[in-house]
Order: sequence, then C-alpha cells, then structure tokens
Amino acid sequence: MATYQEFIQQNEDRDGVRFSWNLWPSSRLEATRLVAPVSCLFTPLKERPDLPPVQYEPVLCSRANCKAVLNPLCQVDFRAKIWACNFCFQRNPFPPSYAGISEVNQPAELMPQFSTIEYIVQRGPPTPLIFLYVVDTCLEEEDLQALKESLQMSLSLLPPNALVGLITFGRMVQVHELSCEGIAKSYVFRGTKDLSSKQIQEMLGLTKPAAPGQQGRPVAPQDAAASCRFLQPVHRVDMNLTDLLGELQRDPWPVPQGKRPLRSTGVALSVAVGLLEGTFPNTGARVMLFIGGPPTQGPGMVVGDELKTPIRSWHDIQKDNARHLKKATKYYEALANRSAVNGHSIDIYACALDQTGLLEMKCLSNLTGGHIVMGDSFNTSLFKQTFQRVFSKDYNGDFRMAFGGVLEVKTSRELKVCGAIGPCVSLHSKGSSVSENEMGIGGTSQWKVCSLNPSTTLGIYFEVVNQHNAPVPQGGRGAIQFVTQYQHSNTQRRIRVTTIARNWADAQSQIQHIESSFDQEAAAVLMARLGVFRAESEEGPDVLRWLDRQLIRLFMFHLRRSPFLQVFNNSPDESSYYRHHFVRQDLTQSLIMIQPILYSYSFYGPPEPVLLDSSSILPDRILLMDTFFQLVIYHGETIAQWRKAGYQEMAEYENFKQLLQAPLDDAQEILQTRFPMPRYIDTEHGGSQARFLLSKVNPSQTHNNLYAWGQETGAPILTDDVSLQVFMDHLKKLAVSSSA
Amino acid sequence: MNVNQHTPMASPYGQPQPGYSQPGYAPLDGGYPAPYAPYNGPASAYQPGAPPQGYSPFTSFPSKAVTANPVSDLSSPLDLGPARGPPASGPPPVSAPQPYNQYSHSQGDMQNGPPTMTQAPPRPAASQPYNPGAMNLSGPHPSYPQHYGPPSTIQQVTNQMTGMQIASGPPTPAGPGYAPPHSSQPPVSTAYSAAPPPSYTQAIPPVSSAPTQPPPPSGPATSQQYYGGPPPSSQQPFNSSLPPTSQQQFTSSAPPPPSSQQTFPPTSYSGPVPPPSQAPAPPVSQSQQSFPPTQPPFSSAPPPVSQPAFLSGPPPPVQGSFPPRAPPPSSQPGSFPPPGPPPTSTSSQYPGPMPPQQQPPLSQPSPYHSGPPPPRAQMPPTSMPQSNHLPPGPQGPPGPPGPLQQPPPQPGMQGGYPPQQNGAFGQVRGPQPGYAGPYPGQPNYGAPAPAPAPAPPAQKRLDPDAIPSPIQVIEDDKAKSTEPFTTGVRGQAPPLVTTNFQVKDQGNASPRFIRCTAYNMPCTADMAKQSQVPLAAVIKPLATLPPDETPPYVVDHGEGGPIRCNRCKAYMCPYMQFIEGGRRFQCGFCSCVTEVPPHYFQHLDHTGKRVDCYDRPELSLGSYEFLATVDYCKNNKLPQPPAFVFLIDVSYNAVKSGMVSIVCQELKTLLDYLPRENPEMDSVVRVGFVTYNKVLHFYNVKSSLAQPQMLVVSDVSDMFVPLLDGFLVNVNESRLVIESLLDQIPEMFADTRETETVFGPVIQAGLEALKAADCAGKLFVFHTSLPIAEAPGKLKNREDKKLIGTDKEKSLFQPQVGFYNNLAKECVAQGCCVDLFLFPNQYVDVATLGVVPVSTGGSVYKYTYFQAQSDQERFLNDLRRDIQKPVGFDAVMRVRTSTGIRATDFYGSFFMSNTTDVELAGLDCDKAITVEFKHDDKLSEETGALMQCAMLYTSCSGQRRLRIHNMAVNCCSQLADLYRNCETDTIINFFSKYAFRGILNNPTKAVRDTLVNQCAQILACYRKNCASPSSAGQLILPECMKLLPVYLNCVLKSDVLLPGADVSLDDRAYLRQLISCMDVAETHVFFYPRLLPLMKLESGSLPVAVRDSEERLSKGGVYLLETGLHLFLWVGASAQQELLLNIFGTQSFSQIDPSMTSLPVLDNPFSQRLREIIDSFRAQRSRYMKLMVVKQEDRAELIFRHFLVEDKSASGGASYVDFLCHMHKEIRQLLS
Repeated sequence: MATYQEFIQQNEDRDGVRFSWNLWPSSRLEATRLVAPVSCLFTPLKERPDLPPVQYEPVLCSRANCKAVLNPLCQVDFRAKIWACNFCFQRNPFPPSYAGISEVNQPAELMPQFSTIEYIVQRGPPTPLIFLYVVDTCLEEEDLQALKESLQMSLSLLPPNALVGLITFGRMVQVHELSCEGIAKSYVFRGTKDLSSKQIQEMLGLTKPAAPGQQGRPVAPQDAAASCRFLQPVHRVDMNLTDLLGELQRDPWPVPQGKRPLRSTGVALSVAVGLLEGTFPNTGARVMLFIGGPPTQGPGMVVGDELKTPIRSWHDIQKDNARHLKKATKYYEALANRSAVNGHSIDIYACALDQTGLLEMKCLSNLTGGHIVMGDSFNTSLFKQTFQRVFSKDYNGDFRMAFGGVLEVKTSRELKVCGAIGPCVSLHSKGSSVSENEMGIGGTSQWKVCSLNPSTTLGIYFEVVNQHNAPVPQGGRGAIQFVTQYQHSNTQRRIRVTTIARNWADAQSQIQHIESSFDQEAAAVLMARLGVFRAESEEGPDVLRWLDRQLIRLFMFHLRRSPFLQVFNNSPDESSYYRHHFVRQDLTQSLIMIQPILYSYSFYGPPEPVLLDSSSILPDRILLMDTFFQLVIYHGETIAQWRKAGYQEMAEYENFKQLLQAPLDDAQEILQTRFPMPRYIDTEHGGSQARFLLSKVNPSQTHNNLYAWGQETGAPILTDDVSLQVFMDHLKKLAVSSSA
Repeated sequence: MNVNQHTPMASPYGQPQPGYSQPGYAPLDGGYPAPYAPYNGPASAYQPGAPPQGYSPFTSFPSKAVTANPVSDLSSPLDLGPARGPPASGPPPVSAPQPYNQYSHSQGDMQNGPPTMTQAPPRPAASQPYNPGAMNLSGPHPSYPQHYGPPSTIQQVTNQMTGMQIASGPPTPAGPGYAPPHSSQPPVSTAYSAAPPPSYTQAIPPVSSAPTQPPPPSGPATSQQYYGGPPPSSQQPFNSSLPPTSQQQFTSSAPPPPSSQQTFPPTSYSGPVPPPSQAPAPPVSQSQQSFPPTQPPFSSAPPPVSQPAFLSGPPPPVQGSFPPRAPPPSSQPGSFPPPGPPPTSTSSQYPGPMPPQQQPPLSQPSPYHSGPPPPRAQMPPTSMPQSNHLPPGPQGPPGPPGPLQQPPPQPGMQGGYPPQQNGAFGQVRGPQPGYAGPYPGQPNYGAPAPAPAPAPPAQKRLDPDAIPSPIQVIEDDKAKSTEPFTTGVRGQAPPLVTTNFQVKDQGNASPRFIRCTAYNMPCTADMAKQSQVPLAAVIKPLATLPPDETPPYVVDHGEGGPIRCNRCKAYMCPYMQFIEGGRRFQCGFCSCVTEVPPHYFQHLDHTGKRVDCYDRPELSLGSYEFLATVDYCKNNKLPQPPAFVFLIDVSYNAVKSGMVSIVCQELKTLLDYLPRENPEMDSVVRVGFVTYNKVLHFYNVKSSLAQPQMLVVSDVSDMFVPLLDGFLVNVNESRLVIESLLDQIPEMFADTRETETVFGPVIQAGLEALKAADCAGKLFVFHTSLPIAEAPGKLKNREDKKLIGTDKEKSLFQPQVGFYNNLAKECVAQGCCVDLFLFPNQYVDVATLGVVPVSTGGSVYKYTYFQAQSDQERFLNDLRRDIQKPVGFDAVMRVRTSTGIRATDFYGSFFMSNTTDVELAGLDCDKAITVEFKHDDKLSEETGALMQCAMLYTSCSGQRRLRIHNMAVNCCSQLADLYRNCETDTIINFFSKYAFRGILNNPTKAVRDTLVNQCAQILACYRKNCASPSSAGQLILPECMKLLPVYLNCVLKSDVLLPGADVSLDDRAYLRQLISCMDVAETHVFFYPRLLPLMKLESGSLPVAVRDSEERLSKGGVYLLETGLHLFLWVGASAQQELLLNIFGTQSFSQIDPSMTSLPVLDNPFSQRLREIIDSFRAQRSRYMKLMVVKQEDRAELIFRHFLVEDKSASGGASYVDFLCHMHKEIRQLLS
C-alpha cells in the first residue's frame, strides 16, 4: 500500500479532492474531539487531460430526493440489470440503453478509475458566452489608453461567436449600442439614480412583449439578437467595437480643484446586471468591470467627491466612521445576488494607487465567481498580462473558464454537509444530507458557482452524524458524491461527477490510523478558510482568538501574520483582495499564500528552499520569495554590490551572470502560470522594496535580541511581533497545561 | 338664415356688384382724395346713407337684408330687442296710426306679423337683394315707370349701363360717374322729380310690387321689364319691398327707426320694412292684392306720408333736406360715399359714419320730425364734422326720440311723419342728387329712395357706409403723414401703425418701440377713472427699424457702468436736469439730485444744457443702449455666448408628415444664418441637437469625431444632459459632423413605430444643457403630439367642447398641470427661451404646452395637419425667420415712471417673480410687452409723465447690454385733451391682451361684457364731458376713438372670445398666447384684416383697401385679404377673364386650383405686381402667411368669410352695424 502521502496525491490528481482526514471517525463525538472537522478541498474542474468526457446522460437514482449518479461504488447486478444506489440503497433498473451491460462490458462510470467522470449533455440550444465590458472613463489619459488597448486586444481573444457588450461610465453611464451603422448610439443613465432592473430594461427598450416564463432558460437566440442591440457577436461588431473603443474619451465633465471625478460605478454595475438579467438570464456571462478609482456618487458610493475626505481605512471602519460602507456593501451584495441568481459573474479589475472600494465591492466577485485583480495602473504588465490570462486556453484550445456551475454534494447517511467556503452562493436546496450546523455557506447541498476555472477550489465541510452508540460496522465506507453541472466554454452543457469513499474508523481503537490519515496541509488550508470566512463577517481579534483555540501548527504562525487575518499594514481593499483569492485557490497556492516560499541562490550550491526567517537573509545570497501575490527577488548586500560594479558583464564572471539570471528565470516561470499575475519586485539589500521580504520572514532577529546584533547571521527585523521561537515556546507551554 | 343669405348673396352680388364696386370703388381708387373730401363734408352721409343704400343696397343690401334679418333676430335680443320690442308692439299701433304703422310696420314686419312680408321680401332681397336693391330702386321706379315709365327706365338703364360700363371699363366710367354725379345732380333732381312721383306712384309701385310678389303679374311684369332688363327675376322680389326698404333704410330708415331699432332693426327692418313701405304704397293701389292686411295699414300710412313728404319734400324738402345733410354740403360728397364709396366716405367722414349710426337715430328722428331734421340736420352736419357725430346732427332733432328710440319713432312718426317725408325727401333727394351725380343709376334710386324714404325712416336702418370706416381713417392718416415723425414734441400721437412714416428720434422713443394708448394722461386718478381710458404703453424693446432709421447707439460709460440716479436708479437720459454748473443732475423721475462722476462732467451752456448734449445719445435721444459692466451680469461673470438647441420630435407622426426631414434638411443651410451683430463675423451662437420620442437622443457632434454619436437618455423622469463636451458646438468647426448628423436623422427614424412622445423632459433637457454650458440660449422644439408617455409633464386629452360657454371654460385655458409653470420658472432663471413649433394632428393642449414658451419670451408656431407639400413653405419661412431674427437673452426689463404714475400690470410673453421686473429668458424683435399704468398721485401738466423702459439683456454676440427707451407724454386736466390724443389701435391692443388674460380666470362672457362696458364708459364719458351738447340719442364718438366700436367688436368676436363650432380649443389657446405678445400693428391687422381689391394694380402704391364686409366684394373682382396670420386671395365668381389670365394664367374660373399655395409666376406686369404685393405683405409680418386661394362659393369661402369682420360671424358675433347700435344703447343707458 502506498503511503498516505501518495494516496492523498493520487486522490488529488484524480478527483481534485483533499480531505483533512482520510479516515473518518465513526461517531459524532469522536469527530468533534478531533477539532479539525471532516472537510475537504474540492476542485470541481480540475484539469484532467486524461479524462475524455462521455457523450451521454448520467444515470440517476430514481429516488426523488436522492438522484445520485451511477458510480463505481454502486452495487450492480448485471443479470438483473439493476444497480443499487450507494447513498440511499435504492435499487434501480438500468435504462434501456444499458441493455448490453455485463461484467465485461461495463460503462465508463462503473470503472473504478472513473471515480470522476464528465458527461456532455444536450440541454436546450447552445448559448454563446457573453462578455460585457464595464469601463470607467475617469482615468488618466495614459491609463485609459492602455486600457483601451487591452480591451481591443481582448476582442481578438474572444471566441468569435461570443457576445460582447460595452458600458462606459464616469459621471454618466453609457450603454453602447453595437449594431448600428453610421452614428454610434449609446443609452445614457444618470450616475446618481438607483434604477430597478425593470426600469433599466424599459429604458434600454428591452421590454419583451411576453417573456416566455421559463426561468432558467435563455431567451431564444434570434429573439435575443433582436431584442438586444447591446450584446452582439464579436465577429459582427469587431471593427465597430474596435473603433468605438478607440474613440473612447475621458469623462468630459470637468473635475474641479480638490474634487475626485464623479464615478458612477454603482449605477454602471446595476445597468450591466439589469441588462443581462433582462436579456440572457441563466446564461454564462462575464461582466468585466474596469475601475480606476472608487465610486464617488450615486448608489454604491464609497467615498464622496471631496478630496479632503480620504477613503475609509481600517481605522475608520473600527471606529464606525465609514459612512458609506454599510450602504455600499449592501448595495453591491444585492447586485451580486441578483447576478448570481442569473448565473452571471462579475470580474473587477481595479487599477489605482489608492483604494477603489474593493472592500465594498468584493462580494460582486466573491459571490459570482468572478476575478478580482488589483494593480496600480492599467498601464502595467501586471494588469495587461493578468487580463490576457483571463482568456487563456487549455490543451484543447478551450477557454479555462466555465459558467453557471451548480455544485451538488451528496453524502451517505452517516455524513451531513455543513457548508462550503468558496466563490459560490447557496441555492438553498435543503435535503436530507444537509446539516443544521453551518460552516461557511451552509444550509444547502447545492451551490451556484457562476464562474469556474480549473483551479477554482471550494472548501466543503462535513459533519459526522453517526451516534456513538450505533457504530458503523467495521470496514464500512462513507461516500460523497460531487455533481457539478456547468456550461463549458465551448457552450456545451456538462456534468462532472466525482464520487469518493473513505473508511470509517473507530477513534478509540484506531486513533493512530486516524492520526496518520491527517492531511496537515489540507487541514491548514481548510481551517484558514474558516478563519478567513469568519474574519470577513466578524471582528478581527475574535477570529484570531478563535483560531488560536483551534488546532495550531507551524504555519498557523504564518497564518496569524498573513494579510488574510491581519489587517495591519493593509488597506481594507487589499485585505479584501487577498481574502478573495485565498478562498478560491487550490491547496498548493493556498499554502503559498499562508507560508510564502523562500528560495536561496548562491555560489554554494543549487537553489534551495530556506526557512522563511530573517536568518536566511544573507549578503552573499539571492533570495526569491513567492507570496503568491508578490514575487520578490532580493539581492544580498554583497551580490548587490557586485552587480552594481558590473561584474556580470565581464566574461570571466559568467557564473555570476548565471547566478543573477537563475532566479529571474524561475520567477518568469511562476509569472507565466500564476493568475493573477503577482507583483514582481526586483530589489536588493537596503532597497525600499525589500520591505516586502522583510515583512514576511520570521523575525527571529530583531532589535530586541541583542545577541544577534552585529553578527553575520542575517538581517534583523525591526518589529515588535513575536518570532516563531516565542510562539512555539508559548505553544508548548499551552500544550502541556491542562487548562488549555 | 345663413343659407338664404349666402345663396342669395351670391347671385345678387354678381350683377350689382360689378357696377357698384366699380362705380363705388372706382371713385375710391381714382378720386379718393377728391371724392372723399366731399364725402366727408357731406356728413350728408345721412342722405348718402339712404341713397347709397340705393346703390349700395345692391351690394350691401342683400347682405344687409339678409344679415338684417338675422341680425334683427340676434340684435333684437341684444340691443334692439328691447328697443324693438316696443316697435314690435308697434305693429299693433301700426294698425292704429298709420304713419306709425309704417314705422311700426317696419318693426312689426321685422318681428311680428310681417313675417310673411318680411320673409317674402327678405328672400328676394337675399336672393336678388341687390338686384332687388336695384330693383327696389327700380321697384319704386317701376312704379315710376308706370307713371313715369320712361324716365325711370332710362335712369335705370343708364344705371345699369353705367354699371355695366363701369364693370367693363371700370375707371373711366367710374371717374365720369363721379364727376357726373355732381353735375349729374341735375339728373338727380330729375330723379327727385321722379322720386316724388314715385312716392305718388308708390301707391302704384306697390301695386307692381304686390304683383311681383304674388298675383299682380302684370304689374310686376311691367316693373320687371323695366328692371327686368337688368335683373328680372331678382328684381321682382326687390320690387316688392326690399329695394325700397333698403334704400329707405339707409336714408330714412336709419334715422327714424334707427334709434329704436338701432342697427339691427334698420338692416333687418330694411328688408321687411321695405315691404311695409311698399306695402303701404301698394296698399293704396293694390293693397288688396298682395298685402291686403298688412298693406292696407301700410298703404294707408305710407302713402299718405309719402305724399305729404313729397309735397313738402319735393319742393323745399329737397333743398332743405340737402342742406341738413347737405349743409354739410360737403356732405353731398358724403352722400356719394354712402352710395358707392360710402364706406370710404363714411370712414373718412366721421360724421358720415357717425351719422349713420347716430344718424339712424338722428335721421330717424329727422325723418320723423321732418321739420326739425332739416334744421337739425344742418346742425348735425356741422356738429358732426366737428365731433364726428353725424348722427347728432340728424339725431339732434330726433335726439329726443332717439334716446327712447322706440317711443321717439312713434311720436316722431306722427309728428315727424310729414317732416320725415320732408326731411327724408329732402335728404333723399339731396343725397341722390349727389349720388345721382356719381351714379347715373342713383338718381333713379334716389328717386325711388325718396319714395321709400318715408318707409325707411320707420325701418331705422344703419347705413354701413355712414358709420366710421376703418379704411377711411387709415387713408386719412396716410394722407396726413407725409413728414417724418419727430419724437421731440411731448404728447404728440404718432401716425397710425398702418401708415408708412419715418421717425426722427429727438428725445423720445420711436413709436416703433413704444406706443401709448394716451399721449395726454389725465392728471389725476379720478379723471382716469372717470374716463376709463386705459393708460398703457405697448413696448417693443428690440423692434427692428427700417433701414433709413439708425439703430440705437451703444454708449459706454466705462468701468463704473451707466450713470444712474442714486435713488430710483433711472438711467441717464434727456430728462435728467443738470444743475450747479453740471456737477450734479436732478432725476426727472424722482427728483433726487445725484453727483456727476468726474469722468462724466461737462459744462453747461447758457440754456442749462450740457455742452456735449448732442454728442451723447443718452442726453439727446429717446432710445440708446449702454454697455453693461460685470455688475450687471449673473453671478458677476461676463456671459458666455448664447446657444441654440434644436429638439426634434422623431415619433411616427413627425416622421410621416415629413417634418423631420424638412427640419433636418433646412437646418443644414440655416445654421449659417444664426443671428450675429456684425454681418462680417461668424455667429458665436453655438448649436446642439436632440431628437426624441418617448426617450431623448442627444448628439455629440464634436468636431474631432468622424461620425456623430447618439446618446439616448431614457430616464425621462429625471432628465439630465448626458454629455458636455461636443453637445454645444460651433457650427463652422463641426460642420461636417453636423451635416452628417442631419443627413442621418431622417434615415435613422424612417421606420420608427413609436407614437408616444414626451414634452416636459425635452425642455428640461435643453435647459440642463444650457445650465451645463453655463449660458443663455434658445430651444427650438419641433413637436407633434400630446405628450402622453410616462414622464413629468405628461398630459391627458381634456378637450371638452361641453365646457365651452360654461364657467369652467376658463380651466381649458389654464395649464393642465403645474409642472410647466415650475419648469418655466427654471428656464427663465437660466435664460432659456423656448420656441415651440407644433405639428398636431389632433388636440395637443396648446394651453399647457405653450406655458413655457410664453413664460420665457418664446413663440409658439402651430401647423395643424402639417403636410410637407402644402405647409412646408410656411413652416420653413417661419423657421428661417425665427432663427435669424435678432434676439436678446436672459433679459430683465423694468419700467420706471415719474412720480404720480406707476407701471402696475404687464402683458406679454415673460415671467415675473416680483411686481416690477419683467424677466425674459429671451426677447426677439417681434415681441411686444404691454404695460399698464395707474396713478398713485397727481401728475403735473408742466412736467408731464415720463417713463423709462430699461432692458438689461445679453446680445446674440454674448455682450451684456442695457437698452433704454424713454418716453414723455403730456398730462392734461381736461378730459377733452385726453380724448384728443389717444390711439385706438393701442387701446385695442391693450383690451385684447387684457381680455385674453381675463379668460384665464373669468367666464368668457363676463370678459366680453367687461370689455363692452368699459368701452361704453369711455365713450359715454366723452359724450358727457366733451361733446357739444346734443340730444342724448346721438351717438357721438371722439375722433380718435371712432373706430373703437368696430375694432372692439372684432376683439369680441375673435375666436378666442367667441369661438365658432369648428374652432378647436387648441386654436383658441394658440391665438390667446399669440396675441399676448403682439405689437400694435399686428393686433391691428389681426383684428381688422386688410382687404385689398386687386382689380387694378399700380406699381409703387397699393390699391386702397376696402372694408371687411362681404358687401364690399364684387363678384367680378379679386381681393387679397391679410390678417398677419392668413393670406387669402378671393376670386369672384365672375371675375374678368383678363384678370384671371393675368393672375392664374387661365381664363376659366373653374380651372383655378384652390389648393395652390403660391401664384404662378407669369410674365405680365399684373402678376408681377401682385406677387410683389404678396411678398411685401409677408415681409411685413413676423410670421409667414400661407396664401389660400378662395373661389367664390367654394367651400373654403366659409373660412374666408370669417375674416370679414364687419359682417355677422358664423359664431354669432355681431356685425359692425349691429354692434354699433348696441354700443350706442349701452352708452345711452350710461348717460341716462
């Protein structure tokens, strides 16, 4: 038998699942004692180049409240052509098309290696993808120009049949009509007025004579084309739109001295949501919001237009001094929910030096599965590359994005699902497998994930409900089935089914087994997600305290210091941004976020990972730190001096040149795969940007440990924060004291 | 009634008219001056009245006869009713006293028993009225014929001949005609002689008449033959009674019955009356035959009367009578006028006209008191000329009876009968002679007339020719005003608005800028109250001046701004008195003494005038401008150049009617003609474009764009402007983009199916655009339909004809919702003027839509049932003019006055937020503001009353300026001075605005009554305090106000105050708003349209207009009628082929296309001249007049007739004659 490590890895590769425990305590009581809940990280669309989708419909359990999909774990009677559902034990006959089934002629879904299988199903006419650009025009000329170019470029990346739309806003909101020849038409909305979806549709002239009532069905294409002049196939309006974007001007309204430009982000989004709602409900669509500053007027306003009033800080929020915060948040949440209901996701591309109101707007993306990208300017490679990467394609030439996902979780009787944490919203599907104990977004067994990509990962939390006095028979297995329905980027409807099973173990007799089945990494990430989820909704210190009471391991130290839980030194926007990514990335990335990786390059050997500790900062090393959001190349003092002296240009120091080049190449590799693209920092000892590194490392040497002073053992960090050493000491004390 | 009238009218006209018109007109044309003079003199109008009737009867008779009846009906209830009532009762008396009977008969006929008679006669009259008229004349003649067969026939023949000839060879015959008249008088005399016989014969004629009507074929036959020659069938009827009556009416009827019957009766009576008269006559001979019952009495009465009259009359009476009327021997000419030229003559001669009215009464009495009449007649003539009271003269005697009209008549009858005859005869003859001269026929008529005269008296009919004629007044004024008008003399009334004159500014504002109702203001409030003459000024601050007059100079007083009085803030003007060697000046308005700023100091000369007086416009002129400093600007910021925003409805109706494409097409060229002050420079006015249906489309036409951009704003509930840069642009810079836009708009909406529109948000949009650009400007809104789409200012259809005439009617003139009032306020605050072009196919609620334009100094143009083909020209010309005309923005006007009076009320298109400042978002060169003044203290005769109208505005080049108009008028302590120096046209302007505003808050009827009352009080006050003592029954009108009744009647019967069934509420509201900003010239022609005969055109001068009455139209003629809004070319059914050929290029009446909107361009002098005239008319008016060709008896003639304002209107408006009688009654009531 393989080690747990291998088992875990294999499971992750095959099913995209990582459980905190790979043996499940068989009773509720035991499970509770384990502190870390039975939970998993699930990546619904994990890329599986080796998994060809099957072209037929899944076979479902006939029990109305079960509907589990036929899977390899089912008992099958090939002679009677009957299969037993492994969740509800219902015996189901095979459909007629399975008449030829036999032990040697099994359908794919019965083969063990197909614990994850993807079906392509025919449901209604294919609906094209929709991309609606919502563009802020209150930008500096340079930024706007860069943004225009990016947008124009993106047109060439879109599938030709995709529908595109353009909304621009500043003081007013303009919805551009794309179908017209000659005069460019746009519908204009006042940026200060909250309009209902119906009003918006009326004003856009979209009111349909008699909408076919079916919810969940897209409007017939021809109808849509006729009724919506604002969303047109790329191939038809390519030129038009390119010109239109080219002619985009900065918001012409004068901005008086001492004022911010009036930016009607709230109304623009409202219009975008209303437009899609009215024309393409339940169709995959991306609203891409590009903003260069905070909303300053109308609903969703984050800050007034007076420059003398700065945008809210954590300090203001704690003092309850952010007057627009609650109102704006509520406004955007309402929008996000509307959008999520219709399966439209909202991306936010915020590029500004100051905050842009992501704190208030984060829910737009968090609830709808959209991206948030934060940068300093649209005229940076960070934005340009990231934006380009949104449209990246997989090995099949398909976009790495899927829409309108619905994730359903089915559990065997001993388990109930408590909730999920990730870019999803509840569909409020209350079934027998739904626990009353909510963790994350709970109370449902179905979630809507409006937009998915192969790395989108949800944390799903379970509860063992089996009572202690009714133990599961030895060798019993619990099963969980994940059913993900989604719209593939090639407009197919697909269903991916992942069914997994784990053994039950009696915690009293098999505690060692259970211990060894613990997946530390997964548990850490899952706990961190819980922490972040709480941090979003509760006060910061409380969350830390809660976390401290929970199981704590090494990187919990870093977690405590991470921007996900610490708001110090981060603006509210940055915190929102970091958390946004934390709750959706897969395990590997999440770990990087929690505990940045530090590589050392030196003449003394090949590149090696080193401790994230101040002691690792040495003058003759080049350090490469990857925090997920930042990529820092730090040249030690000596290296920096050499570099300055230009040794790398001399033929005889070729090796030095190579040393310098090595981290760059590695960084480049990361840059090319990471989404969003990290902030790339090339700095050196004493450089102002070195702070990014210094703030992350364990402050084992500070101005307080006198013994460290003057020694060539690293760089002291000027901080009052406890070092890992102190933390561990304290932890040890706590661990042995019974009062813990 | 109408039907009868019309049909008869037509036919009768035909023949008689030509003759008439020509003779009558001809004289007018050719011999105006001469004939008039004589006419005038002839206050004799009285007689003329009669004789004219003889003639005119032809033309006028029918109408009158016809109208008369109806009128009588109508009038009777109104005025005559009571008066007549008695007369009606009279009938009974008729039986008793024969003489009375006649009178009574006349009346009686009118109202009572006579019905048969009346009907019979009227009809004939109607159908053949003129002929009959002629016939009548002849009728009597016939009698003559019988007796004097030959002469009469001859005369008739001659008449006819003349008529014919005249018709054919108009001028010459006419000329001769006139000339002859005098000379021909002899014939008259013959006529007279003949006349007497007639009287005698009357008995006989009656026979004939009788026969004509019913049995007596033979009799009639003969008569007919005589007459028959000319108008056979028609004549007969006339013969019966009408003719005589008509004649009689005029002459005698007018006088006798007039008083009692007033106008109505006369006319109406005339119809019926005649019969009686004849009846009487016939009775004698054939009383039994035709009218046994009625005739007998009549016959008995009349015959005797007539005879007596004859007896007395013939010999002395003639002369005597003449004298009376003749006394105004000049009157003889007057007499002329009555017949043919009557109108003119009457007009020219106050007396003439007056008499008719008054005369009737007077004349009546006179006839009655034949004895007295003569003498009095003389008196009156004199008096008349003096006071314009012809009537008085005649009436003077009758006066007594006059007042009590009815009673008097009777008494008069008795006593007067004989006299009447005398008088009548005399008069009749008198006039006839005169007429005879002019019209060969007249003599005959005259002859007959005399005979009928007796009867007529009873009928009391007013001679339309004898009542004040607007045409005459206008022509007189023209003749008088040969010198340039200098404004230096205080209290001098300027020439009428109808007169071309040059103005020299010598210290007071030109009448083109300011016209006052009174140039001698009463010194005290009591006087003002007593006279009831409104004290008002019509100010047109930006009026354009003719090229030969200098526009106001611009004065720059430097950084300190204009020099002003410290206390009242009046601007430096010629009324400021410099004292203390020029170091200070004393304000002429408030007497405050103010230091002269050093930079403005100048020494005084020995007379106390500044040495530089004549170098400085503000010290020597009435009108000038100051450059305003930044202190005079909004927000203390110099203004931005103004902007024009075009807002075009692109709903289905707008596109379908072609409006959209026309506007767009036109704008392409029109944008090069935006207003500018220096023609060398490009206009600085920026332009913007919006189209809309139920949403609005703004256009970005920034010059840097390759294509315009459309920005749709659907959020109409909360309008805003979606763009700033690129909306308002300079035409030259963005020309290509704009042209592209204008090309594309019609295409873009060609297939629109949107029928709903909004309106409030449209104006809001324009307003917001101007606000955003921080400038003043003008919106041009092209709108088609009632804004029913969901939006602010949404309206519903509330046109409810049932409300008309009720107390709720006023609500229909009020805006439906308050929204537009508030919007207007905002517009004014921003200096946003709105011009609205409406193209409705149905009710659009002009009353509400017009609120904003009216409150912002804008205009409303309305093109109901707009069709590109037929209305394009009118619309485009209006649009061109509207866009190009000089205009000022964001204006505030204030009228300062010297102590003692105060501007209390303002009428026009503007907004007022307080009681003194008239705020005008925009003001163009055609807009006038009427200001009413009230006393708040005594005025002094020495200093007079001063007013200074200061208007602060932004010129179209964006310069802030002050335009100052100064006006000084005299003050008087004698009412007579007041009445001597006032201007009726201006008073009417005031009254109409006053009334049209009144209907917003009062029932229409109450408003009408108020007007009538005030008018009556004005005239009564004059009568009481200024006129020479005379009988109360006399209608005496002040010279300057003699047209007040006719004009006031026009106001009263305007569509606004007295709508016909086919006048929509929108039309009324539209007119109401339109009139509110008209100047005097416009209201004048609007209420009393100009009607030009086109039979003969001369280059360089216009033909003399004729009065607005159907009876002035000759069937053989072509007429041009202009109201300022409409232009009609009326073509008589038997217009000469040559005329038609010249005008239309066709000889056939039937081939004239009534739908043509412009005359064919023909290469003949006539056509050229006519088109020149039309063009010049159009050029004079602020709105383009579409030419409508109206063929006689065509359906469209109904519309045309509506503008013949001296006639009864289809909506029930009184005819001039009737109204005058009514007014007379009112006055008498006030006096008693």
